[in-house]
Amino acid sequence: MSKVRIMTGNQAAAVGATLSGVQVVAAYPITPQSQLAEIMSQQIEGGKLKAEYVRVESEHSAMTVCISASTVGARVFTATSANGLLYMHEQLHWAAGARLPIVMCCVNRGVGAPWTIFNDQQDSLSQRDTGWLQIYCRNNQEILDTVIQAYRIAEKVYVPVMVCFDGFVLSHTMMPVYIPDAGAVRKFLPPYKPHTILSPEDPRNINPVLFPGRRENTEGVLCDGYMEMRYKLFAALDGARDVIIETDEAFAEAFGRRHGGMLWEYLTEDADVILTGIGSIASEATVAADLLREEGVKAGVVGIRVFRPFPKEDVRRALRKARAVVTFEKAVSYGYEGGLCSDLKAALYGTEVKAAVHGCIAGLGGRDVKARELAEAVKASLADIDDGRTEKTLWLNCFTG
Amino acid sequence: MPANLFKVNEKEYILPGSRACQGCGLSLAYRYMLKALRENTIVTLPACCLCVLQGMYPSTPVLVPALNNSFASTAASASGLVAGLQALDRSDITVVAMAGDGGTFDMGIQALSGAAERETDFIYVCYDNEGYMNTGTQRSSATPLGALTTTTPILTKQQHKKDFIKIVEAHDIPYLATVSPAYPIDLYDKFVKAKKIKGTRYIHIYAPCPPGWTYPPKDTVKMGRLAVETGVAVLFEVEDGKFRLTGRSKTLAERGNRLPVINYVEKQGRFRRMNIEQLNQLQAWVDRKWDEYIKRADQG
Repeated sequence: MSKVRIMTGNQAAAVGATLSGVQVVAAYPITPQSQLAEIMSQQIEGGKLKAEYVRVESEHSAMTVCISASTVGARVFTATSANGLLYMHEQLHWAAGARLPIVMCCVNRGVGAPWTIFNDQQDSLSQRDTGWLQIYCRNNQEILDTVIQAYRIAEKVYVPVMVCFDGFVLSHTMMPVYIPDAGAVRKFLPPYKPHTILSPEDPRNINPVLFPGRRENTEGVLCDGYMEMRYKLFAALDGARDVIIETDEAFAEAFGRRHGGMLWEYLTEDADVILTGIGSIASEATVAADLLREEGVKAGVVGIRVFRPFPKEDVRRALRKARAVVTFEKAVSYGYEGGLCSDLKAALYGTEVKAAVHGCIAGLGGRDVKARELAEAVKASLADIDDGRTEKTLWLNCFTG
Repeated sequence: MPANLFKVNEKEYILPGSRACQGCGLSLAYRYMLKALRENTIVTLPACCLCVLQGMYPSTPVLVPALNNSFASTAASASGLVAGLQALDRSDITVVAMAGDGGTFDMGIQALSGAAERETDFIYVCYDNEGYMNTGTQRSSATPLGALTTTTPILTKQQHKKDFIKIVEAHDIPYLATVSPAYPIDLYDKFVKAKKIKGTRYIHIYAPCPPGWTYPPKDTVKMGRLAVETGVAVLFEVEDGKFRLTGRSKTLAERGNRLPVINYVEKQGRFRRMNIEQLNQLQAWVDRKWDEYIKRADQG
């Protein structure tokens, strides 16, 4: 039977990892992830979870431990934030290239310099091209559920999954969370059965050097070159959409909760303008949409749950009736605009969806984001769009001189 | 007498056709090391000469399972293997992390220090060819004073080699040893011993490198011997804090017939720009280290 507990996002993630029966945890403390690393060590030292905890000397090593432990067939877990994630960057590519089903929580925080410990999503969004699947959560229930879902997805498609949630906004905020029954979780997520493991019984040289071209093995079988292997990683992410949706559906069937698969929608059916964002800012946008509707603006929200693979079909469908879209992003691609804004426009380009897309950069380094401000930005964008201004990047609630 | 003089494992774990250079000191050492470690061993390695030796996909000449990982992560990778195997009840497998001097003295030091401090149950092997040889002989912190490298191409290296073994020893690990492929039985004995010990074990291979040091490939064993004869490389082991000279180094200490470093230096093209002052400095440095070892050997 499931039970309800009041807990933080970090606790929810730890419960999710524990229920998933992770066998190796490696983590290095960083704000706002630290509590998650602490709880995992409590679970293991307290005998509530039978697993190895490697108290590594860096995040680079944390991911390396996960990579190697996963290579011998263990289910592994780690978590980090901000500069810790950036320090892992090399190993993020390695984990994905090695096709290991590692699950990591990224407790989103702004990156230095200058230092900030507060929330934005520059850390994980700047890891976009590492080959990881990225899922963003909007509340603590979704964090717990998504960690469990993430293992099922990762172990089906052999791609590592980053479960991202906003630092402090979720990581340190208490919310009621249903804890699923352990037996039901085991049924939903059976023990990890890897297709290949490194073992003395079947010696192999894993992740060796490759020539540019395809090459025959000693039996004369033509084997993949680097590019074929990289194509397969690309195809795995491209094809992960079905698995993500199927997993969310199977989860709903088992536990009675679904989180939207690739994205979730709020009042989009008749919406004239759609607010969109990733993570908790999209939750805030639902309050803004209510405010806008009170003022007669038909507003809706599309919350991007999965950022990679990008939900291109899903956004085309969700935005098909909208006249305008405003993205609210807690990250930016310096020298251009918000990455979500770019991706959305690219997904809509050349389709029948003709909505104008405006981008708002908001809440960097923990700058407060209020629903009222989102609503005002939407109204200003609508006015600009009526004036024929189809492109705009606004820094919300920021003194720009 | 070496413990295993007449009983070296006859099985070969490296088949003909490795991609190592002709006369590679590492290959010779790796061959005897794998013979000593036998089956039930997993090796993890970074991008380095060993990675090249292991062959290009989809073929490998090595019969021991190996995991390639990124440059800074060798010892952390071993930690992951150990943790994963422990979680899966396979802790009977010997985990070996093996990297060059660049991946150990320089980039890998953090991961190695962390793994050793955590008392990770693995063998770390540094094959020290005194430079970034895989990328074309660039300077590392293991490069000796007076050596030409492609990043000290005119003035030669201006600093002494880092005494990395002291840093490792400061971690109070249960077993530490130095070996040379020029003395394969001493090497074999030490790996056989290391395999039986629990905890972090460190073995330092002093690996001559024909292209990097600029000498004919046929002279690798000669170069390895001269390194030991001159005291540039010293064969010893430290077991539970107890220091002991071994093999040829022990004999040299007993007989006091160590050769001057000029005998070693003059055979290698990398020292061709070394001036007399540097030669004297190198000799003084080697003498000072040698005296330290003798003192420790006397103390036991």
